[in-house]
Amino acid sequence: MTEILLPARLQDVEAVRSVRTPASIQYSYTPGQASSRYLKGIAQRKIIGARVEPGAKVYVPPRGADPQLGKPTTEQVEVGDRGTLVSFCVVNVSFHGGTQEIPYTTGNILLDGSDQPIMHLIQECPVDQVRIGMRLEAVWVDDADLGPTMESIRWFRPLDEPDLDVHIPGEDRPLWLDSEEFNQ
Amino acid sequence: MRDVAIIGFAQTPHVRRQPHLNEVEMLMPVLEEVRAAAKVTKDDIGFTVSGSTDYLAGVGFSFVMTLDGVGPWPPIQESHVEMDGAFALYEAWVKLQLGDVDCALIYGYGKSSPGPIHEVMSRQLDPYNVAPLWPDQISLAAMQARVGLEGKAFTEEQMAEVASRSRRNALDNPNAQLRWDRSVEEILAEEPIVDPLRRSDCPPISDGAAAVIIAAGDVARDHCERPAWIRGIDHRIDPMALGLRDLGESPSARLAGEKAGVGAGGFDIAELHAPFTHQELILRAALGLGDEVAVNPSGGALAANPVMATGLVRFGEAAQRIIDGTAGRAVAHCTSGPCLQQNLVAVLEGEN
Repeated sequence: MTEILLPARLQDVEAVRSVRTPASIQYSYTPGQASSRYLKGIAQRKIIGARVEPGAKVYVPPRGADPQLGKPTTEQVEVGDRGTLVSFCVVNVSFHGGTQEIPYTTGNILLDGSDQPIMHLIQECPVDQVRIGMRLEAVWVDDADLGPTMESIRWFRPLDEPDLDVHIPGEDRPLWLDSEEFNQ
Repeated sequence: MRDVAIIGFAQTPHVRRQPHLNEVEMLMPVLEEVRAAAKVTKDDIGFTVSGSTDYLAGVGFSFVMTLDGVGPWPPIQESHVEMDGAFALYEAWVKLQLGDVDCALIYGYGKSSPGPIHEVMSRQLDPYNVAPLWPDQISLAAMQARVGLEGKAFTEEQMAEVASRSRRNALDNPNAQLRWDRSVEEILAEEPIVDPLRRSDCPPISDGAAAVIIAAGDVARDHCERPAWIRGIDHRIDPMALGLRDLGESPSARLAGEKAGVGAGGFDIAELHAPFTHQELILRAALGLGDEVAVNPSGGALAANPVMATGLVRFGEAAQRIIDGTAGRAVAHCTSGPCLQQNLVAVLEGEN
């Protein structure tokens, strides 16, 4: 490091090695029309996706645009609160803000009628029995606690149904991607 | 150099608050409109580049969500600048110079309403010595205006004339947010809010978006009867530290103007990105624009200020007047940073 030359009267002054400049800004987030409908649906135990038109992909949660077509998703579609696990991970470390007991499982769940998996917790199942293809259902909070937030679903738990055949990502094309375009 | 032109422009109406739509919902109608204006489809576009900042909405990587609006599948060539969309246009122009792409889509958008805009914009300042003081934009601009007034570079009357003319021009702009017809005397009668600036010297706070399509050579001619050719374009930057420059003038705007070819003159209009009245006066001096040039016929940033799109709107407004034949030659300008720190200048021209 270069020697720093100080005037004589500053030579006994302690060097500044770091500064703290805390900054905080408050925002009022605007979810937009598509996400507002979705969140209002959640508060009524309904999961509402959106698509451009019949036959187009159903996005959950919807953000207003179909990224494949580049068009507004103006049509609302209610999808199921049951689905199929398409990927998962087992969390063995505690993250800042995490309230779950470890180990726990985070899953990517393709809801029935949707083309885009959502992420949520998987509980009521030992972590070593979680597997791709297993059928799951949402466990909602009590009616009094329902609100326009994903926390209205406590977690997903296994259904007593046979597993579905899901292509494991990496081995084959994932279930939710358009096969023709993916192969181009 | 390849000949590159602006062949289409679209914008939202700019409003104080757009509480019902998220960014991509606000943007999508503009994308559809600009493609229709330029008579291009999604498949004609070889490069997409946007300008926005996550600080406005307080959402990390918000531009990635907005990108869904262009339909980026199968994967497209795409880029983003954390700056006004006009700087994204500059990147697209460079991309077209490389020769492998003939047509590019550029968009910029900003919702200033979710957060406290003056606090948000202070985050772009020197993080050690200036940002901890949370200086707001109006105070910084007021210090700049003071330097110009004390140095006799301009007068309060001239500033009031800019305020009056800009909002009067905006009466003809259906997308403008602030439109009125007030005299210089009425404006000078206002009490300053941050002395020497009056409310009329300051821009509105706006939510809005804009998009532009540019194309090279014959592709531009095929899609547009009268393309707005970019004859020169240049971007220069003054030091970040406000104490290192004379705030009463803009060396970077002067140099960018020289390099872009503004010196040749012959302009009908200039769309200058000047959020504060005195900044238009500083820019006119730096670019050598005389009274014969109609400045900001759209009303400029004083009539609508969708941060991250305001500069792109200047390029679009200037180009649109060439495309529709009401102007032959125009200056388009965008600024960034506090007190006109960065300046991008372009000369646009129609073919006879």
